[in-house]
Amino acid sequence: MDEKKFHQLQERYNYMRDILAGKNNENLRLLASRMEELAGRMPGLAPAELKEALKTLEDLFNFVEKKIEAELTPMDKVRIVRSPQRVCLRDILENVYDNYTEIGSQGEHSLDPAILIARAYITRRRGKRTINQSVMVIGHEKGHGEEIRNGGSATPWGNAKALHYMKVAETENIPIHTYVFTPGAFPVEDTPGAAQQIAKNLYDMGNIRVPVLSVFSEGGSGGAEAIGLADRRLMFSHGYYSVISPEGGAAIEGNVKKGPRATPELIETCAEQLRLTAEDNLRLGYIDGIIQEPDLGARCHHYDFFRLLRQEVLRATDEIVLGVRGIVPFRNMALRSRRKKTEEGLNMDTVHVRWNLSPSAQERLVERRHRKFRRYSLSAFKDKRNSGNRFRERICDVLSELFYCIRYDLLRSHQQKISNFFGEIHSETSFFFKNQTAPVRRLIGRLFSGTKARKNDAAEKQLTTLSDWSSDQDQRGHWAYVSPKAKEDKAVICPNAATHGCLDMWAPDLYGEFAGVCTHCGHHFPMEYQWYLYNVFDRGSVREFNSDIECGNPNNYAGFDVKIEKAKAATGLKSSCITFDATLNGINLVVAMLVAPFRGGSFGAAEGEKFILASERASRKRQPFLAYVHGTAGIRIQEGVNGVIQMPRCTMAVRRYIDAGGLYLVVYDTNSYAGPVASFLGCSPYQFGIRSSNVGFAGPGVIQETTGVAPAPHYHSVYKAIARGHIQGIWDRREARFNLHQSMMTMGGRNLYYK
Amino acid sequence: MLDISSLLEEIKASPYVESRITAPHCGVVRFNETLTPGCKLVGPNGIWKEKPGTLLASIERERCPRNINALEKGELVEVKSDLAGQFVEAGTEIMRVRHFLSRDEVLQILLKQALHLFNAPEKAKYYFVPSVDIKIKNTGPKSVSVHDGMELFIISRMKRETPLRYSGPDGVIYAVYFSMNQNIDAGQPLIGVCPPTQVSQIEDVSMRVQTEWPED
Repeated sequence: MDEKKFHQLQERYNYMRDILAGKNNENLRLLASRMEELAGRMPGLAPAELKEALKTLEDLFNFVEKKIEAELTPMDKVRIVRSPQRVCLRDILENVYDNYTEIGSQGEHSLDPAILIARAYITRRRGKRTINQSVMVIGHEKGHGEEIRNGGSATPWGNAKALHYMKVAETENIPIHTYVFTPGAFPVEDTPGAAQQIAKNLYDMGNIRVPVLSVFSEGGSGGAEAIGLADRRLMFSHGYYSVISPEGGAAIEGNVKKGPRATPELIETCAEQLRLTAEDNLRLGYIDGIIQEPDLGARCHHYDFFRLLRQEVLRATDEIVLGVRGIVPFRNMALRSRRKKTEEGLNMDTVHVRWNLSPSAQERLVERRHRKFRRYSLSAFKDKRNSGNRFRERICDVLSELFYCIRYDLLRSHQQKISNFFGEIHSETSFFFKNQTAPVRRLIGRLFSGTKARKNDAAEKQLTTLSDWSSDQDQRGHWAYVSPKAKEDKAVICPNAATHGCLDMWAPDLYGEFAGVCTHCGHHFPMEYQWYLYNVFDRGSVREFNSDIECGNPNNYAGFDVKIEKAKAATGLKSSCITFDATLNGINLVVAMLVAPFRGGSFGAAEGEKFILASERASRKRQPFLAYVHGTAGIRIQEGVNGVIQMPRCTMAVRRYIDAGGLYLVVYDTNSYAGPVASFLGCSPYQFGIRSSNVGFAGPGVIQETTGVAPAPHYHSVYKAIARGHIQGIWDRREARFNLHQSMMTMGGRNLYYK
Repeated sequence: MLDISSLLEEIKASPYVESRITAPHCGVVRFNETLTPGCKLVGPNGIWKEKPGTLLASIERERCPRNINALEKGELVEVKSDLAGQFVEAGTEIMRVRHFLSRDEVLQILLKQALHLFNAPEKAKYYFVPSVDIKIKNTGPKSVSVHDGMELFIISRMKRETPLRYSGPDGVIYAVYFSMNQNIDAGQPLIGVCPPTQVSQIEDVSMRVQTEWPED
């Protein structure tokens, strides 16, 4: 027994040593020396003395653990979360829920061992009555370091299975509890690809009509978002929720590609600056509460923690349900009373709230979820519009909403009647006036007979000659914008020259007349975003809006202010997202353009807000909404969760737009990766790629680093993307204008003004 | 009749292939200065052969430099140093490299000379007709004599089976290059046929190559 206790203390010591990662710690040295001393004395001690000595040592352990707990850095917390001793989802199922059945899990024979799904129930008592409340539990399973679990990195098919069972829960009208224990999604482009599936999850979860509660332990970027979109988001006190792992952030920050790794100091600094701890996320408003863990994090033997978790999970689920059920005044009263009782130590096992929702409550639930995510990160960007302007814009929005409502909703339904009415009036009056003015018209006809003849000539020409392929229809070789690269007097080699035998091209030809397209193999060289601005949309029709929303440095990331200012000065832009109204062959549309030259097209809070405002504008005006992605490297890591939260935020905005009957088109150019593709871009039903562009989740370097396997050449090409069903077509750059017009005429919902 | 032993001796006498590196187009040549005659070269490598071989030289035309990389493993024999920094016409020899033949390559050369390869006409699974199949299983392929027009294979693809007749010189099957249930691409060899008198000679030579041929 005593030996076992000593062994447990040794385990605690090893755990502390692991999470401090060899940091020079006085306390650890003290513990080690005391343990060594006791181990030496143990054989000579009487049982009572040994017991006493162990008790003293255990007290010392408790004291030291408290001391270390107070000094934990964010990186220490990351190591706590990654420890194989940390609680995993199976521990939670065993200790928090009263009964459960795993669905589709048989160890390594699961579809994805990193995802665990279970139908569970929680037993609550009301007086003498026992009530079993069913719930769908979905989460990542790290399995205390089991290799088959992939560290909790879910594959696309694992995420697809998670979504499938969320929909089962929706059918059965039971709440969903999701537990996020992932360092990130497994970056594989299969059928489906990682980004493709995460986008689908986000799109569908936005409108799941049952309560969803998420509990975060390790929230690694897109992988976490795939199941983390919820009505209530709780977080373990020692967990982390971040856009990237501190090591990944440090590798980017330190510009480390191959060879030497980032230094531990740089990794520590990155972990600090990413604002990834539970306290940071609560302060920023991205989680609703923190579940306090024992000192140095929860492990399997912390049964008090499981009791607390059970209470918190029950309370959160009840509050979601009570928040949308019943009549508003009674609902608020019930919630207030519940909060008061909670403060007084109400045992959630002894109260019962039904968790099934009526159809109207389900609608309110979805609406509240959308409102909740819409409010996120509003203070994480610079809004340089003054209050007067903002007020004016708000008034304009309301008035335009009213105008478009009358014009397209009210009048359109009566359009036929009105048109018939005016048609009849017109025919009556024209007949009357025709008779009355016949002599005058005859006189005018005689005076201007030449004009009439010219008119007839034009009609005759139109009918008797072949159609003319006018410059309006065929822009080839006559571009409104010509790339500055066309000014260089040099030859350019096509990358496919070795395999396709392409001849070298002269830069003025290639970047001018050929629009950056190899005349032999059709390879598309990257072009500036201005090329599309000037050559795709009607000349002079582009009108930018919300240009005063600028990206900032919400996390006060060291040195990032300078980098942002540099990017602003270099590009003349204030964020990587330009939003504008434009026309294309006379059809009005709203465009959000992600431009690669501004910080690699990275996406942060300002870009998210502009994107959402653009989608709302398109919805209000009943216009198509085009997301043209000139290039994006992913979420801007320096903004931390302020950036990653744009994934669900913008996806939900897009969902609102599509549900309202709009047409959401996405066109990818050059390279588009990571968060944006795995959310609001990848969820569009109409996605197209410009030839030679790449679309995917993680770049080749990250895939090799994560999976250990080098991806095949052209792994992310649009041809692969279309083969796995991610995009719906591949366009030649020179035909983008025609294809866009064609798409607008043939696709989209009921709420387009021109249909 | 083909004398395989003398062919092997011939290969042994010059166990490499020497190739000329020529300018792909006109332009100014710049050599990789770290390379000298005798240097080892590597060809394209990486799991997908995505990494180019050793940089040999670059040739610049119209301010557009193009790299010339080694296409296979070998040794640099000669660099036409006098052309460094000079304008050259397309096709001008700028280097000579030597590629040492590997064991497999030598075998390929010998078998190519000695055997008649009968190739798959389309992508499908191939089987021998039952009578030939039994014979091969019992006594080995070398016991099967084939002649032009003989019905030898069954092509199985997408739920249909069609017979395939052998066409080529008469002889015995020396080697079978496919196995049961294996999908064979069009153009891949199915069998190698040789005159019955050459079987033992080919076996001897291939054994000698397997055991004696030096490889890095």
